[in-house]
Amino acid sequence: MDAKVAKKLGLKERYALMTRGLGWDTSYQPMDKVFPYDRFEGIKIHDWDKWEDPFRMTMDAYWKYQAEKDRKLYAIIDAFTQNNGHLGVTDARYINTLKLFLTGISPLEYMAHRGFAHVGRQMRGVGPRVACLMQSIDEIRHAQTQIHSMSNYNRHYNGFHDPMHMIERIWYLSVPRSFFDDAYTSGPFEFMIAIGFAFEYVLTNLLFVPFISGAAYNGDMGAMAFGFSAQSDEARHMTLGLECVKFMLEQDPDNVPIVQRWIDKWTWRGTRVLTLVGMMMDYMLPKRVMSWREAWDIYFEQNGGALFNDLARYGIKVPACAAQAAIDKEHVSHQAWAVFYQYCGVSNFHAWTPSPSEMDWLSNKYPNTFDKYYRPRFEHWAEEARQGRRFNNATLPQICQVCQIPMFFTEPNDPTKICYRESVYKSEKYHFCSDHCKAIFDHEPEKYVQAWLPPHQIYMGNCFPEGVDPTMPGFNALDEVLKYYHINKGRDNGEFVGSEDEKNFSAWRELAGKN
Amino acid sequence: MTVVAREKYEFAPKDTVDKFHGAQLLYIGWEDHLMFCAPFCWPVPPTMRFGDIPQALLAPAYGAHPDFAKIDWNKVEWYDSGSGRRMQPDVNKSIAENGLKHKDSLRFRTPGLDGLKGCSF
Repeated sequence: MDAKVAKKLGLKERYALMTRGLGWDTSYQPMDKVFPYDRFEGIKIHDWDKWEDPFRMTMDAYWKYQAEKDRKLYAIIDAFTQNNGHLGVTDARYINTLKLFLTGISPLEYMAHRGFAHVGRQMRGVGPRVACLMQSIDEIRHAQTQIHSMSNYNRHYNGFHDPMHMIERIWYLSVPRSFFDDAYTSGPFEFMIAIGFAFEYVLTNLLFVPFISGAAYNGDMGAMAFGFSAQSDEARHMTLGLECVKFMLEQDPDNVPIVQRWIDKWTWRGTRVLTLVGMMMDYMLPKRVMSWREAWDIYFEQNGGALFNDLARYGIKVPACAAQAAIDKEHVSHQAWAVFYQYCGVSNFHAWTPSPSEMDWLSNKYPNTFDKYYRPRFEHWAEEARQGRRFNNATLPQICQVCQIPMFFTEPNDPTKICYRESVYKSEKYHFCSDHCKAIFDHEPEKYVQAWLPPHQIYMGNCFPEGVDPTMPGFNALDEVLKYYHINKGRDNGEFVGSEDEKNFSAWRELAGKN
Repeated sequence: MTVVAREKYEFAPKDTVDKFHGAQLLYIGWEDHLMFCAPFCWPVPPTMRFGDIPQALLAPAYGAHPDFAKIDWNKVEWYDSGSGRRMQPDVNKSIAENGLKHKDSLRFRTPGLDGLKGCSF
């Protein structure tokens, strides 16, 4: 008699059993009560099984891949640390990009972890639940590997010491923070469009390529390694975001206008946040990768254009804000660096004027705008600094109610005029940097009236260390705000030239080649 | 539009005038002077004389600009930022008497002074 040997399961069957096969419908309570969040946004899902899993990954394979990547990553970090790799970067100015990343981006990775855990819990379909679970674990791993990679710099340089404290307090960090808080407090489908699609798919290359290529170009093996270690995760995240948007669009035609509105909103929200990246690329990297404008051309206009062509068959249009972004791409990085140059006394990293050769690079990359509008500013400030009058701004700015960026953006048709927009809601006035931020507010004013705007909070008296009495003689508001931020005045911030970071880097590098 | 939510979604606005210890917020921007990257925000007592704004608020904020000392305050033009409407403030009356409310936003133009190097800087 022939023995009956059970056939080994194929990848597809094993995947089906280990993901979708694990779910069941609840019996004590109706499914609508157990999953109360996946219907209220108006998105109609008729068949969750139509969800396609692009990666077909099960947890055993996931842990195996991630463990392998971590082993490589930590070997590189160790080598970098033991060899004093920080002294091999192009210039100590570069290190300020890492401070921006650590305080502005890494905390968002952690919030993405929480967000995807929440969305995974709330979607009743098993396919997206498993995909969200893995992305959630990826995101906390990214937060941790970034902190580990950059902690070596904390031993030697100023401003790295307290990112999780700073993200909740420092004025400009309210920009990335409010972006994520906005997404995190929306429903699960909007979160998927906000983070999974607009951020991870449409805009992610504009964040990761500049930072990680920037690290590679500037000799930072540590940061480069965490970027590469995250890269295969990012590919999975992009696919999840795209699958999610297609799934929503295919399930019901009523979903299309809702999805379109979210795409419009989150593409603009993301574009505003990425202003910080543009500034980093054009001004903070001593060895530049490409200009912000070039990156925008390639990653948004070309790649994003192809994506929106693909989505056109569902009735999705290119977001309305793309036209303004196409104008802004020649201006925002210069305008943003001017902000950080003058407000570096209250930020957690240093600022400087570009050197003459760097200005020539900018002229070349921005032939329509740099010489006409921006070079004269930086030349004036450089001259003022030479005369001992380094320009600083200590008065708090008006900021946008939605993106929370100081209102430095100019009118789309006139780069010499600040763009002012406003709305009145329930007798209270609100101000915006652009038509698109105003439109976002006007659609959901009840949400944005709650915004925690740093200048207003300072004036309310909410941004001083506990126990400080603003009515006491000798009270210095600025000093107390910096203490509340955990910024060491003059060490962590201010002008780069003459800073402790600059001096130490140069002294240590010299020592490294001497006896 | 209202927020699409599972429950009633209504919250008190965070920045109402009662939170500012008797002051109201006033925003002011100087047209054609982009050395100062954005308009400024100040808490001001509603009783402040409009004519005191230049010395009390603007001089400490804008004084570093070479144009500031040259301003003839009788010739300055004031505008409501949002509507762009020209205003004719009475410098001897208070901010409140001039009709300015919490979070009003103004811009001022200084004819003949349009920043450095021909780039509204």
